[in-house]
Amino acid sequence: MIRRLILAACLLLAPLILLIWSPAGAMTIERVVSPGGIEAWLVQDQSVPLTAIEFRWRGGAALEPADRIGLASFATAMLREGAGELDGPEFARALEDLSIGLSFSASTDGLGGSLRALNVHRERAVELAALALAKPRFDADSIARVRSRILAGLARQSEEPRAVAQRALNALIWPGHPYARTLEATVAGTRAASADDMRGFLARRMARDNFVIGVVGGVTPTELEPLLDRLFGGLPATAVPDDVPETAPAVAAERVVVLSRSTPQATMLFAAPGLKRDDPDWFAALLVNWVLGGGGFSGRLMTEVREKRGLTYGVSTALLPYDRAGLISGSASTENSRAGQALDVIRAEWKRMGESGPTAGELEGAQAYLTGSFPLSLDSSGSIARLLVAIQYDRLGIDYLARRDGLINAVTLDDARRVAKRLYGQPGLLAVVVGQPDGITATEPPPPAN
Amino acid sequence: MRYAALVMLALIALGPARAPAAVFNPETFTLPNGMDVIVVPNRRAPIVTHMVYYRVGAAEEAMGKSGIAHFLEHLMFKATKNLAAGEFSRTVARNGGRDNAFTSWDYTGYVQTVARDRLEIVMRMEADRMAGLALTDATVDPERDVILEERRQVIDNVPARRLSEQVHAALFLNHPYGRPIIGWEHEIRGLTRADAEAWHRAWYAPNNAILVVAGDVDAAELRPLAEKYYGAVAARDVPARVRPAEPPPQAARRVTLRDERVRQPNWSRTYLAPGLLAGDSKHAYPLQVLVDLLGGQSGRLYRALVVDLKIAVSAGASYDSDVVDLATFGLYASPTPGGDVEALERAIDEELAKLLRDGVTADEVERAKTRLAASAVFARDSLGTAPRVIGSAVAAGIPLAEVEAWPERIAVVTQEQVNEAARAVLRDERGVTGLLLPRAAP
Repeated sequence: MIRRLILAACLLLAPLILLIWSPAGAMTIERVVSPGGIEAWLVQDQSVPLTAIEFRWRGGAALEPADRIGLASFATAMLREGAGELDGPEFARALEDLSIGLSFSASTDGLGGSLRALNVHRERAVELAALALAKPRFDADSIARVRSRILAGLARQSEEPRAVAQRALNALIWPGHPYARTLEATVAGTRAASADDMRGFLARRMARDNFVIGVVGGVTPTELEPLLDRLFGGLPATAVPDDVPETAPAVAAERVVVLSRSTPQATMLFAAPGLKRDDPDWFAALLVNWVLGGGGFSGRLMTEVREKRGLTYGVSTALLPYDRAGLISGSASTENSRAGQALDVIRAEWKRMGESGPTAGELEGAQAYLTGSFPLSLDSSGSIARLLVAIQYDRLGIDYLARRDGLINAVTLDDARRVAKRLYGQPGLLAVVVGQPDGITATEPPPPAN
Repeated sequence: MRYAALVMLALIALGPARAPAAVFNPETFTLPNGMDVIVVPNRRAPIVTHMVYYRVGAAEEAMGKSGIAHFLEHLMFKATKNLAAGEFSRTVARNGGRDNAFTSWDYTGYVQTVARDRLEIVMRMEADRMAGLALTDATVDPERDVILEERRQVIDNVPARRLSEQVHAALFLNHPYGRPIIGWEHEIRGLTRADAEAWHRAWYAPNNAILVVAGDVDAAELRPLAEKYYGAVAARDVPARVRPAEPPPQAARRVTLRDERVRQPNWSRTYLAPGLLAGDSKHAYPLQVLVDLLGGQSGRLYRALVVDLKIAVSAGASYDSDVVDLATFGLYASPTPGGDVEALERAIDEELAKLLRDGVTADEVERAKTRLAASAVFARDSLGTAPRVIGSAVAAGIPLAEVEAWPERIAVVTQEQVNEAARAVLRDERGVTGLLLPRAAP
């Protein structure tokens, strides 16, 4: 096919620039390195007069001290609440008046940030973002305001069925590991967090040796280099090592936990050991999971649970690779009187996949979808920038987009069957059900109220 | 809605005010059978978003048949003479595409995003199901169960959504916007295959539909394809869109929902407001400016309630003018933990009194207009935005030229017009106050 010939030719180009001929059209990824040694990957696009910058640091909430659970979210939220000479309200106004999008966030394994601005305001956007990173104020009244907001958010979620299920699941599969965090600990940690705690955490975690950056928009490498130094040059050179221990989900047998709540519908989460992103079986797993429950209406679970039996509005499974463990997790919601029936069908399909894997036709369909649909997600500057971050963060290589289709199509039916057995053929599946389900028997009591 | 939340779209802003008006630069034509076609070329990537909007929604439903528009939306994915049940979505996926659908009060939409070279496949299938379905009870009955599960999941299991449904019912005394799009549960149970077939027959005609295609295609390329696939579907008479009108509001209403799962109270007030097409529509663009300056972290409500008084953790406003009939203008806030919702309400009423008495400042208005103008550039950055904004506006009856003239309309809004709009809409008798509270009295 002509497309593949061009791919082969492109691999001979200079290593700093790679022409990716994906179905999305030619998209050039350039490695840009600033005078100060900060690297970013850039996709130039002059068709819209804006610049989108996404960045991510390794190491996140799992590194919080045990008595300061919630510190990562709190600290990253505070970065937007006043910097330099601008207090909280002044900083918000400075951003909003120019429609500059600046945000920071925390997840279990990383801290992230995002800056988006019209090019006409890019200089000011970089100035404000740099200020946020270099001179955050942590004013007492802003801290109080954000603390209230976070506590209100935690309260709002506390009895939301999906959140209740997720917290219970985490407590059960990651016992004694930082990946398990109770609501109680998060509330206590949020209440106790001080400005010094936040400064200290960010100083340990946001450095120049543990982050990756993606940039998309109307900006050239020459323009970008000095921006990188202005944005990030003030960060410490090195981060404290990330010492979150390796772990594995504690699911070795069938486990069922029911949390009784008077809701009209039972909310179910289920989980089993999965794999990490760097596992050699990654693409086979992605394909098999797509056939079972990742592929929406093309998946076996939707067909059996929703289409044929009308038992749910949505059922799905996903691979969740953490930095220190791999998980497969899924969900479904069904009215209480039929929840047992739904869970039985899900378990039966899970087992069937483990026993015989996908059919040849199903595997081909999954490969067609995962290769063909990939460019659809590249539908905005921000989403492309996030992709650049993900490729770097997972260490996939600057030629990843050119190799991805090949990796997906190289998975054979034998590979798929083997990996299906590896993931779905194990004896253990953990199910957490919130509601008052009929036909479901718990194997153990719920974890202590969290 | 088939697989995601119901879409509420706000009209989006455009480039600098002094530039000639052009938001998305669409091309248009109409097929001989009356189907309107709008094309938004965007050569950034070789993909296309293909959408068909039918000018029919939940507001066309007869009394006692709430939910049929949404039910048919689900059933459109079942069998036709040429496709097996579920084959539509499986075919899209096999071709590396994504698909979805959504129902609003004013329109029902079907969308696929595919590589440019797969466009004909989705056009063929979409035209096929426009021409007719082959429904059986064996496929209809489980889908009714699916919709009941959907209702449970997105409304019954979510106290805030249950309250919102009750607020809408209290706000619209006579007009069908007061009914939930997904339908009341007891009426969903009574919907039949015959109801669905009748709905399709009545409304799903090419002359009642708009084709919106955005991406790596232009009108010259699309026209022969549109004529080939959609042109083959015969036009037929479609009922007029007649909705019972809403009488003038006379009394402030209050709706309180207590639920044992509520741990964080919430306050809201929803006002009956003019839209772009109904009521005193001269207020619509000024209201768009008003909602922008009320919201956001540097907006009036957040500054007053969260920053200055420290009695709220969040506060904002909402407004959607792209509707056939009257619109809603909403205010919302959540108290600080342990805080008093009544004190919050008093503070909000004081802020509103100040707003109505003293008016907005010229500076606030200018800053809001600047922000709105910038958001159009961001809208053009995301490939999926153009077809949705255009489709929902045009399906509601807003002329495409009006969508494209949006920047000019916003640019000429004056401080006095914003004040006049606020005084016209933010009146007690036009509003329903909604309170979401824990079960036990505080």
